[in-house]
Amino acid sequence: MSTRTEPAWIRRALIGIALSFLALFILLPLTVVFMNALNKGIAIYLKSLSDPAALAAIRLTLLTALIAVPFNLIFGVAASWAIAKFDFRLKNLLITLIDLPLSVSPVISGLIFVLLFGAQGALGPWLRAHGIKVIFALPAIILTTIFVTFPMVARELIPVMKAFGNEEEEAAMTLGANGFQTFWRVTLPNIKWGLLYGVILCNARAMGEFGAVSVVSGHIRGQTNTLPLHIEILYNEYNFTAAFAAASLLAMLALVTLILKSIIEFKYRAELAAAGKFVIKMENHV
Amino acid sequence: MFKHKSTLPGFRISLGYTIFYLGLIVLIPLSMLFIKTSSMGLKEIWMVVSHPRTLAAYRLSFTASFIAGLVNVVFGFLIAWVLSRYSFPGKKLIDAMVDFPFALPTAVTGIALTSLYSQNGWVGQYLYQFGIQSAYNPLGITIALIFIGLPFVVRTVEPVLQELDPELEDAAASLGADRWQIFIKIFFPNLIPALITGFTLAFARAIGEYGSVIFIAGNIPGKTEIAPLLIMTKLEQFDYTGATAIAVVMLLISFALLALTNFLQWVSSKRIGMG
Amino acid sequence: MSIEVKAIDKTFGTFKALDQVSLKVATGELVALLGPSGSGKTTLLRIIAGLETADCGEIFFHGDDARGKMTKDRNVGFVFQHYALFRHMTVFENIAFGLRVKPKALRPSEKQIKEKVHELLKLVQLEWVASRFPSQLSGGQRQRIALARALAIEPKILLLDEPFGSLDAQVRKELRQWLRRFHDHLHITTLFVTHDQEEALEVADKIVVMNKGKIEQVGSPEDVYHNPASVFVLNFLGNVNIFHARSSAEHKSGEKPAKMYVRPHQLIVSRSPLSENSVKVVLTFVNLAGSIVKIDAQSQKGEIFQVEMSQEEYRALKLTKSDEVFLTPKNIAFSEYEI
Repeated sequence: MSTRTEPAWIRRALIGIALSFLALFILLPLTVVFMNALNKGIAIYLKSLSDPAALAAIRLTLLTALIAVPFNLIFGVAASWAIAKFDFRLKNLLITLIDLPLSVSPVISGLIFVLLFGAQGALGPWLRAHGIKVIFALPAIILTTIFVTFPMVARELIPVMKAFGNEEEEAAMTLGANGFQTFWRVTLPNIKWGLLYGVILCNARAMGEFGAVSVVSGHIRGQTNTLPLHIEILYNEYNFTAAFAAASLLAMLALVTLILKSIIEFKYRAELAAAGKFVIKMENHV
Repeated sequence: MFKHKSTLPGFRISLGYTIFYLGLIVLIPLSMLFIKTSSMGLKEIWMVVSHPRTLAAYRLSFTASFIAGLVNVVFGFLIAWVLSRYSFPGKKLIDAMVDFPFALPTAVTGIALTSLYSQNGWVGQYLYQFGIQSAYNPLGITIALIFIGLPFVVRTVEPVLQELDPELEDAAASLGADRWQIFIKIFFPNLIPALITGFTLAFARAIGEYGSVIFIAGNIPGKTEIAPLLIMTKLEQFDYTGATAIAVVMLLISFALLALTNFLQWVSSKRIGMG
Repeated sequence: MSIEVKAIDKTFGTFKALDQVSLKVATGELVALLGPSGSGKTTLLRIIAGLETADCGEIFFHGDDARGKMTKDRNVGFVFQHYALFRHMTVFENIAFGLRVKPKALRPSEKQIKEKVHELLKLVQLEWVASRFPSQLSGGQRQRIALARALAIEPKILLLDEPFGSLDAQVRKELRQWLRRFHDHLHITTLFVTHDQEEALEVADKIVVMNKGKIEQVGSPEDVYHNPASVFVLNFLGNVNIFHARSSAEHKSGEKPAKMYVRPHQLIVSRSPLSENSVKVVLTFVNLAGSIVKIDAQSQKGEIFQVEMSQEEYRALKLTKSDEVFLTPKNIAFSEYEI
């Protein structure tokens, strides 16, 4: 045995403790969601998911993500292009500001939109005078979701774009390609895995956001309830099976997200290894 | 003000759009917090913030987050160690599992943990037998915060452990150090900056956490009511002033703590020449 | 196509990369930009390609002002130091890229593209790699594909940045001669950047020696080697010995301390002094491996000299290590007064 390891009993004990901790804190919560969802049989499970309020919540959740993710995707591409490919003053400040939404409490993220659009808010009177409903309605839900997932595509793309450097783009330009051709034919194929990675993480958070959306939604059943809010209402009504049934959908979303994430990491690493590049650590923080 | 060296196209338009979108989605809404605060008197803010219920909420949020952060430093380090240095069946799967708290929506985490750790839960039933009440009290809150903070520590420590030059260990061993001495004198000093970063990230996330906590917390004012929940309650009563005051102080305290830990990290990484 | 740059300045932050650089390259010339790293040679190349903008100065292609033209419109073939091959495209697609991105009206048909790519692959003698990806090629192959890709747009000017910089010694030598033959065959105005004086001397028609953002000398390989314009050029193009002398025959303005620079093969070794310039030395090291003999010698004052001679001369003199001999300069490459 090399000097670079501990005696077998210590190794086993450490592995044992680590795995028990993970089981207690990660595996059990996941299991309990599915067990509770199915404990009254598959029929009840399906019935609680096909309830009109549940379907409305699923629809709203999908719609929100469908709007929020593309917005942040476009932003992510623009921001990473500017930050990774060019040098300018105050770049670090810009990066810090972009990351800001991740360090703001979800409740505060909701609060700022209430302060902006709410009845007593800055734009409240004007909005009311023109009959536009933002808070406790779809626009606020979408805006808040965009806010909390704001940096998620950009922060994946910036390191990936940086790692590829500018040379291939410069080569494309010397060969006569215009800006659009350069981006579409050279940059995009290089960053595709990073892009997909960011979109998947952004989507998971957009569909799962609870605190911020809870502040601005108004909890109107069938209208402004997203899936996480629907879970809360059912749970507080002691309708545990239905709550866990809805939760199981989001748990599956989380599982699918993790699986896709692992696949992308694997593909990306293989591609980089083939290209003889060092492995770039993807940002992991959702 | 801005200057660019590269002759690649699209600098103005991409930076312009970035700043525009950042302003619209992040800066203008966030500035509302400070505009609202500046419209309130200091006395008014102090009234809200110094209220016993508010103070209790702050104390609970910061204490529970701190303890959860410490627990995560210990177990997160252990998990990172095991994952990066030992091989065992299913390691890849377990490694992927560590990110689960990142991916699971907080509401789901909240009801799952409550169901597990309450009196009739799979885990709770045993804990309660030993007199450990693991739900609807500060312990329950801490459990939820441990769950959501764990990946932060593992994911910051893991890469540092993987990148530590194996020759360091061999060199120490060749000089006669035993395993324990190698750990204390070689690994530990190199890992301190990462541990501090991991702790800070977990701590910062825990202070603001809402969804995974409120189900298991109990939410009794003055006892098991966390600061974000208090903001929520004020908002439901349309007390925007109260909500804003609590939020601003919370943000300022956590920024101050972040600055402090950043400083500590800077000091410790400078000492080992990594800064 | 000829290239002319006039009074180019370029600063990066506080670093002056180019300082009033002017240069003319005639149509069909093969020119080496030679200098140490940080001398500004790559920056000059990138400014010519439009990949960098000069702070001030002018650039003319065949007499036309090129400053307003974007890189994509300059029709300049550029071969990057690390090749910059598009890693997600096959070799075929890499070479076809420049043809595919042409405006619709000028874009060749698929059949023409195919013919052109195969013609270029034939030219660089790599027809069999068309369907491979860049990661499946060796360094030398990548280099040649990068060249073929640059040639696909039929550039009037070819720019190569350290074309052999990342190859191992053997491949370097082969490609060097290949580039020379290749240029003789195509006659495109070509500029290449190198820090290797041997490479520049062997390949180029004309050498531009650069140092600290300035051009030190422009001339043919013989010219810069035998008539260096400055001590820097002298030093950069090969080993050199320094003699300190009180008087100098070439400078009649009185007796001043002067330095004389002499190449190692321009020293005569003798058992007795040949002139007043002869220096007494002890041989400290003799290297017989190679076509010439390399000798290190030390004077009584501790100065170190390097001497090169043929194996025949060496045997005729019957030298061995620790011998005391005299060194006399045969030809002074450069001399200057001591400051």
